[in-house]
Amino acid sequence: MLKNKKKARAYKEFLLVLPFILLVAIFSYYPLYGWIYAFFDYKPPKPLSQSAFVGFKWFTNIVSNKIKTQEILRVLKNTFAMSGLSLLFSWFPMMFAVFLNEIKCVPFKKFVQTVTTLPNFISWVLVYSIAYSIFSSTGAVNSVLQSMGLADKPIMFLQSSEHIWFKMWLWLTWKNAGWAAIMYLAAISGIDEQLTEAARVDGASRWQVIWHITVPSLLPTYFVLLMISLANFLSNGMEQYYVFSNSFNKSSIEVLDLYVYNMAIGAGGYSISTAVSMLKSVVSVILLFTTNTISKAVRGEGFI
Amino acid sequence: MAAKNKTKLNRSQGVHYKMGMSERLMMVVTYFVYILFAFVCFYPFYYILINSISNNDLSARGKVLIVPLGVHFKNFVAVAKIQGLSQAFLVSVGRTVVGAGLTVITAGFLGFMFTRDTMWGRKFWYRFVVATMYFNAGIIPWFLTMSNLGLKNNFWGYIFPLVVQPFNIILCKTFVESTPKALQEAAEIDGAGTLTVFFRVILPIIKPILATVAIFAAVGQWNAFQDTLLLVTTPKLYTLQFVLYQYLTQANSLKAIINSQMSTESIAASLAHSQTQTSIRMTVTIVVVFPIICVYPFFQRYFTSGIMIGAVKG
Repeated sequence: MLKNKKKARAYKEFLLVLPFILLVAIFSYYPLYGWIYAFFDYKPPKPLSQSAFVGFKWFTNIVSNKIKTQEILRVLKNTFAMSGLSLLFSWFPMMFAVFLNEIKCVPFKKFVQTVTTLPNFISWVLVYSIAYSIFSSTGAVNSVLQSMGLADKPIMFLQSSEHIWFKMWLWLTWKNAGWAAIMYLAAISGIDEQLTEAARVDGASRWQVIWHITVPSLLPTYFVLLMISLANFLSNGMEQYYVFSNSFNKSSIEVLDLYVYNMAIGAGGYSISTAVSMLKSVVSVILLFTTNTISKAVRGEGFI
Repeated sequence: MAAKNKTKLNRSQGVHYKMGMSERLMMVVTYFVYILFAFVCFYPFYYILINSISNNDLSARGKVLIVPLGVHFKNFVAVAKIQGLSQAFLVSVGRTVVGAGLTVITAGFLGFMFTRDTMWGRKFWYRFVVATMYFNAGIIPWFLTMSNLGLKNNFWGYIFPLVVQPFNIILCKTFVESTPKALQEAAEIDGAGTLTVFFRVILPIIKPILATVAIFAAVGQWNAFQDTLLLVTTPKLYTLQFVLYQYLTQANSLKAIINSQMSTESIAASLAHSQTQTSIRMTVTIVVVFPIICVYPFFQRYFTSGIMIGAVKG
C-alpha cells in the first residue's frame, strides 16, 4: 500500500514538471531534427518533402567548391582572430581585479566597479548606438580632433575595415571587462588575510604580495574560465558583428556565426548554412569535452 | 659592532624607502588607469544624455561635448509622438514583464523540484534540462522550428523559448539545497502537498536568488535583439532595440519621421528645436538605456552572490 502511494506521488511530481520538460524538448531538442535540412536541397517556400535529397553534397561542397572554400577560410580566419585576441588578453580582467583590489579608497573602488560593470548590461545595439554617437563623422571624437586641428576631414572609424579585429576586441573588452573582473574580486576577498599579513611582516613588497599570493590564488578561476572560452572558440555569437558590420568592413568582420546567418537569411542558402553550423556544433562539442578532460587532469575536476 | 648595526639599519631603511617609491608610483599609475577606464565607460552615456537635451542644431554638428547647451526637453516629446516607437516600447515592456515573470517562476519551481528525491526520474530529467546549456542546433534549424510552430510574427515567440533557462535553474537548485530540509519535512507531516510546500515554504525563503534570476531574465528580455531580427517582419511586434537598430542603419526611415514631423508641426519651428537625425537617435538611445540604468543600482548587490553560486556549480 505504502509503496503504491509513494509511486503515485513520484509520478504526480513528474507530471508537475512535465510541461517544462516538454518546452525543453520542443525548443532545445526538436530543432536538432532540423539538421536533416543539410542533406536536402531546401529552398523555401517549397516544403522539405518536395525538396531533393542530396546526401553529403553541401559538406563536400565546402571543400570542392573553390569559392565556398575561400569564403569559409576567410570566415574562419576572422573567427580565429577574434577568439584568438580574446584568449591572448584573457588575463586582462584578472589583472583589472588584482589592481583594483590594491586601491584602498573604498568609494573610488566602488565607483570604478559600478561604472565599468554597466556596459555589460546594455545590448549590442546600444553599444553600436554609442559607437555611432562617439565615432561617426559628426561624433565626439571627430569633433574634438577637428577643433584641435589634428584632422582636416572626419576620420571614418566605423566605415572602414582598418584594424577591425582590434576595434571589435576593444568594444568587447569595454563591454565585458568590468563584469568579468567581479568573479576575480570575489575570489580575492576569499584569500586568507593572515597569509597576506604574514608576508607583509616578513617584508614582502606590494609587488611580491601580488605576484606570490594574490595571482596564484586566482589561477584556478582563471584556468576554468580559460577552458570555457577555449570550448567556445568557434562561437563568437553574431550580434556584435552583425550590428557593427557594413559594406566597408563586411569581409573582415564576418565570423562563423554571422556567416551562417547571412548565408541563410540573406542569400537563401538554408541547406548549406545548416551544414556549416552542423560542422561547427560537432567541433564545439569535441572542444567542450577536450577542455573538460584537460580541466579534470589539471585540477581534478571538470566544469561540465 | 654599533657602527655595523647602524649601517645595516640604514640600508634596510633605504631599501624600504625605495620600495615605497615604486609602490607609490604603482599606485599613481593604477589610479590613472582606473580613472581612464571609468571615464571611457561613463562618458559615452553622459555624452548621449547631454546631446539629447541640448540645442539640436549644435548636437547635430557635434558641438555638445562637456555640458548641455541650450537645454530643452522637446526631443522627448517629439520621440513620444513617433508612432512605431510607442508601440515598440509596449512590446519591449510586455516581453520583459511576461518573459521574466515566467522565467523566474519556472526557475524557482524546477530548482525546487529537482531537489526532490521523491520525483520519478529526477536525476535523468535534471540532466535532460541542463544538457541543453552545452549544445545548440544552430540558428537555422531553430528558425525553421519556430516557423513550423507558428511562432514567427507572434508575441509568444519572444516568450516560450526563454521560459526554461538551465543556468537559472541551477542557481535556484543550489539555493534550495542550502536551506534546511526540516522545513519541508515539517510541512509534509502537517499534510502539505508538493505544490503547497513550494508556494508556502520554499518560495518565501528563496526570494534572494529569485531576485537575482529576475534581474538577469529581465535584462536579457529587454536587450534581446536577435529573435526579432529572425522571427518578426510585422512592425507591430518590433521591439525598442530593433527600432533603434533601424534608426541607426536606415537614415531614410529617420528622414521620413523628421519630414512628417515638419509637416504636422509648424515649419517655422526654430532650428534649435526641430528634430534632426542626431537628436532622434540620441533621444531614443536614452529611452532604451534608461530602464537599465534605473534598475542597475538595485541589482548590483545581487551580482556577486549570483555569479558565485553559478561558478560553483556552473
